[in-house]
Amino acid sequence: MSIPQLLVHDLRDNVGVVVVEDLTAGTDMLCVVTEDNSDFRLTAKADIPIGHKVALKDLAEGDTIIKYGVDIGRMVGPAGTGEHVHTHNLKTKRW
Amino acid sequence: MAFDATNVTINAWRRENGRVGVRNHVIILPVDDISNAACEAVGNNVKGTLALPHSYGRLQFGEDLDLHFRTMIGTGANPNVAAVIVIGIEPEWTKTIVDGIAETGKPVTGFSIEQNGDFETIRKASWKAKEYVHWATELQKEPCPLTDLWVSTKCGESDTTTGLGSCPTVGNMYDKLIPQGLYGCFGETSEITGAEHICEARAANPEAAAKFMKIFQAYQDDVIFAHQTDDLSDSQPTKGNILGGLSTIEEKALGNLEKIGRTSTYIDAMGPAEAPEKGPGLYYMDTSSAAAECVTLMAAAGYVIHTFPTGQGNVVGNPIVPVIKITANPRTVRTMSEHVDVDVSGILRREMTIDEAGDSLIDMITRTANGRATAAEALGHREFVMTKLYRSA
Repeated sequence: MSIPQLLVHDLRDNVGVVVVEDLTAGTDMLCVVTEDNSDFRLTAKADIPIGHKVALKDLAEGDTIIKYGVDIGRMVGPAGTGEHVHTHNLKTKRW
Repeated sequence: MAFDATNVTINAWRRENGRVGVRNHVIILPVDDISNAACEAVGNNVKGTLALPHSYGRLQFGEDLDLHFRTMIGTGANPNVAAVIVIGIEPEWTKTIVDGIAETGKPVTGFSIEQNGDFETIRKASWKAKEYVHWATELQKEPCPLTDLWVSTKCGESDTTTGLGSCPTVGNMYDKLIPQGLYGCFGETSEITGAEHICEARAANPEAAAKFMKIFQAYQDDVIFAHQTDDLSDSQPTKGNILGGLSTIEEKALGNLEKIGRTSTYIDAMGPAEAPEKGPGLYYMDTSSAAAECVTLMAAAGYVIHTFPTGQGNVVGNPIVPVIKITANPRTVRTMSEHVDVDVSGILRREMTIDEAGDSLIDMITRTANGRATAAEALGHREFVMTKLYRSA
């Protein structure tokens, strides 16, 4: 298998994690779901650092973000498919 | 899983109480902050000893004092310690700690400073410490089953790669070794937030689940809600976590819990620095998520090796327990390799499976138990940090 740029934990997730350094906007990413080793392709819409999350679908303010198949917070701003999801648009529901 | 640890042995020290230690320290333990100077002087006089200065031990009371004594006694009782010199300002609390350590059967002697002064205390303690070093250095290692080890875990400077790689590596190790008799321990109460329902469900019995939820709720009520000003977003996730891509405490907690694997369940939930009492298996411990505090508490509970997954690169060590660093982040491997014991970044490239990563960690635990110095040991990381529950009187 070639080296993926994006890993996704669970088939239900709506975000994935960049696992390579120096990912640039426009990269046609190989994305692998670790749960079942299935893969798909997605174009990165921004330069996104290693470890940071990418939207797998269009996300609107108020949407719940699912990672590991579990709720990890809600969007406080939008992110289109392939865009960066982090503290600027995602917040905990806890505190 | 196919892994069979039955015939895997390590060469280690079997202590008087039957426990297995992988290091052979003679420690100089201060009862209180003002005895640090005398302990450090003894440590300087007698090579092969290790003074453990810390910041507390005066005017503590109630549960906080109980925890102080438990941490001091547990540190001295740890099987990685061959013999102990205890020095305190006055004789009574010194004796409490000496008596607690003596229950293990190992050599321990206490000295108090009042009516003696630092000079006389240091002179007497140095003679005793030298005697202990001669004795301890002649103790022979013997073959012991790998699964006689007590192995704890806590992650630090986490990022999204810890949940993908280094934490599942620890989880795979526990899934393989706990059923074969290993004692395990995880904790970090604050970093379970967002995954507490999952942690509750991983208890082996309803009593352990109820004890965990009681600890978790007490933390929420007494710590978070009692002290929060706006929210914890500036502390949890930490700034390092956020740089690494973690956005919320829930996301961090889910990665954290990967450390207990797919099949392991915990048989009890313990207070800080409490020793496990229900036999071999995995235990939850109520700890802070601050690395040095947590490792110090687990060492005081009797754990002899610590496995430490990191993403962005935490550098913590412990004076008496080897801390094995595991990372899956290729940037951390590139920029901080002097701190990394087990590189599992191949998981992210899909060149290494979690199963293979777990085996590589078991191999490193075996080598560490046999004497390999960890990165933290080689670099002199000896963070010994007491957990304080509330202000002193």
